[in-house]
Amino acid sequence: MILNKIFKNTLLVLTACIVLSACATKKEIATDIKGSMQGDVYTGTETVEYLAEGVPDRVFFATNESILTTASRETLRAQAAWMRKNSSINVVLEGHADERGTREYNLALGERRANAAKDYLMTYGISSDRITVLSYGKERPVDSGSNPLSWSKNRRSVTVKAN
Amino acid sequence: MIKKIITLFLILIPINSYALIEVDITRGNLDPLPVAVSPLSIDEKSRKSFEKAIKEKNIGEEISSIVENNLSTSGLFNPLSKEAFLQAPDIANLKPRFEDWNLIKAQALITGKVNYVDDKLRVEFRLWDVLAAKEMMALAFTTVPSNWRRVGHIISDKVYERLTGEKGYFDTRIIYVAEEGPKTQRIKKLAIMDQDGFNNKFLTLGNELVLTPRFNPTSQMVTYLSYFKNLPRVYLLDIETGTQEVVGDFPGMTFAPRFSPDGKKIIMSLAKDGKSDIYTMDLENRIVERITNHPSIDTSPSYSPDGKYITFNSDRSGYQQIYLMKSDGSDVKRISFGNGLYGTPVWSPRGDLIAFTKLHKGKFYIGVMRTDGKGERLLTENYYQEAPSWSPNGRVLIFYRETKTNDKGEGFTAKLWSIDLTGYNERQIKTPTDASDPSWSSLLSN
Repeated sequence: MILNKIFKNTLLVLTACIVLSACATKKEIATDIKGSMQGDVYTGTETVEYLAEGVPDRVFFATNESILTTASRETLRAQAAWMRKNSSINVVLEGHADERGTREYNLALGERRANAAKDYLMTYGISSDRITVLSYGKERPVDSGSNPLSWSKNRRSVTVKAN
Repeated sequence: MIKKIITLFLILIPINSYALIEVDITRGNLDPLPVAVSPLSIDEKSRKSFEKAIKEKNIGEEISSIVENNLSTSGLFNPLSKEAFLQAPDIANLKPRFEDWNLIKAQALITGKVNYVDDKLRVEFRLWDVLAAKEMMALAFTTVPSNWRRVGHIISDKVYERLTGEKGYFDTRIIYVAEEGPKTQRIKKLAIMDQDGFNNKFLTLGNELVLTPRFNPTSQMVTYLSYFKNLPRVYLLDIETGTQEVVGDFPGMTFAPRFSPDGKKIIMSLAKDGKSDIYTMDLENRIVERITNHPSIDTSPSYSPDGKYITFNSDRSGYQQIYLMKSDGSDVKRISFGNGLYGTPVWSPRGDLIAFTKLHKGKFYIGVMRTDGKGERLLTENYYQEAPSWSPNGRVLIFYRETKTNDKGEGFTAKLWSIDLTGYNERQIKTPTDASDPSWSSLLSN
């Protein structure tokens, strides 16, 4: 399924390139295929860890956004199911922003992103008592690169076991 | 520690009210004033006493080079090479031979004398108008020898004030965040240093993440954000005693703190349930007031110098923009309408301008606008820079700048920079480690 998705994204990117011919250089096409971005949301798996089999630990966001994508909602549903099965586990949702924003605004943005994930988990039956939100703003990037792909990996909310 | 260490005696000379030399600080550094800073003269006995007390070989020369360096970095003055000086320091201080100083094109001359008196440092200095062949100012200070660098800064401030008509900013300190380690795991500590980068001192150990330190009006307290025990909260630090305390008891992350101009309140953001609003807490009675109440992000608040207004950053229009409101939260209005995103508004100590960070087409700018949002001027453009902080006289901004990393994600640095309000005289401020989030103190000797 994941392979299928990557293929689909690749196709999308390629189509977009042909149609727009905006990203005309070979290098940019290569980056997009390898990195898997849709719009500017990261859809790859390079940085993703797993809470359990089939339960990715993080979701990704578009620049300045805190809206959950379809893929993010799928990830969070898997997390909710896993939390329902493991009712003694509490989590911390760590919200992050990329480096292309002012520090204070990014702290607020990280909090907003983690809360978007929290709200979604709650609609799938997870009590707010089991969820703590912690924003790191742009202080803890996973990727130190200064390019759109790196930034997309850093715009994230990561679900971390608290106990 | 900062309090009144310096006792200041005014001696001698009623000053002529008409200044013949004038430096126009609104114009930038196109034509810096040539000034000769003669080494402060010192007798051999005093020199030896100081050498013993503070391990400086010639404190007279050292103090004069502090003055020289300050005047030069201001961009308004051009200190002349000492090699060209014809007159010996001790004689120049008694009665300059103005023809000699005129010959090397000095327009102003600074002379002085250092003495060791009862274990104290006594410094006198004079400022001379070379062309008019007149003394413009004469002052003397007495202090403990360990304060010798501050004496250099105070002399610089007096000269600056006499020649420009505005208060100086040299006897000040910078608090900032010292950074080390890889970008993905930065270690951050609070650090403080003199405005010229000397006397650097770390105030925290780096065990927890710390951000955005800001001085109170007397520069004895600092408010900042600490991730102590993974609970990001606003803290208060007493620089003198080292005491730290958390500010208030809030149900979520508090951040973006600043003091009110009277130092009695802290204004900050509280992030909760995906929205951030602005609150104040009175430090005496601990009363918390909510200032904004909006589903958007409201952050980076900064008071006007009279305390009547607050400028802040909000994305209530959909994107980060700068807003203004009365200090009770009423009459909110947007003031930034240019292209791009606007953040980190900071009110000038003179009251007439707001400095900000702007993001437009992938570039970051430090700029200023009037308090009605008009007259926007961008002072500097770079890959990444933000967080301007004003010098106490409102003439210089300090901020931090980060570099782009290479293909492998290497080569990241963060450094402090300053720039004049005119957009001229951009300079890096040397720090022992990488540095960010600078905040400029008030004048310490006032």
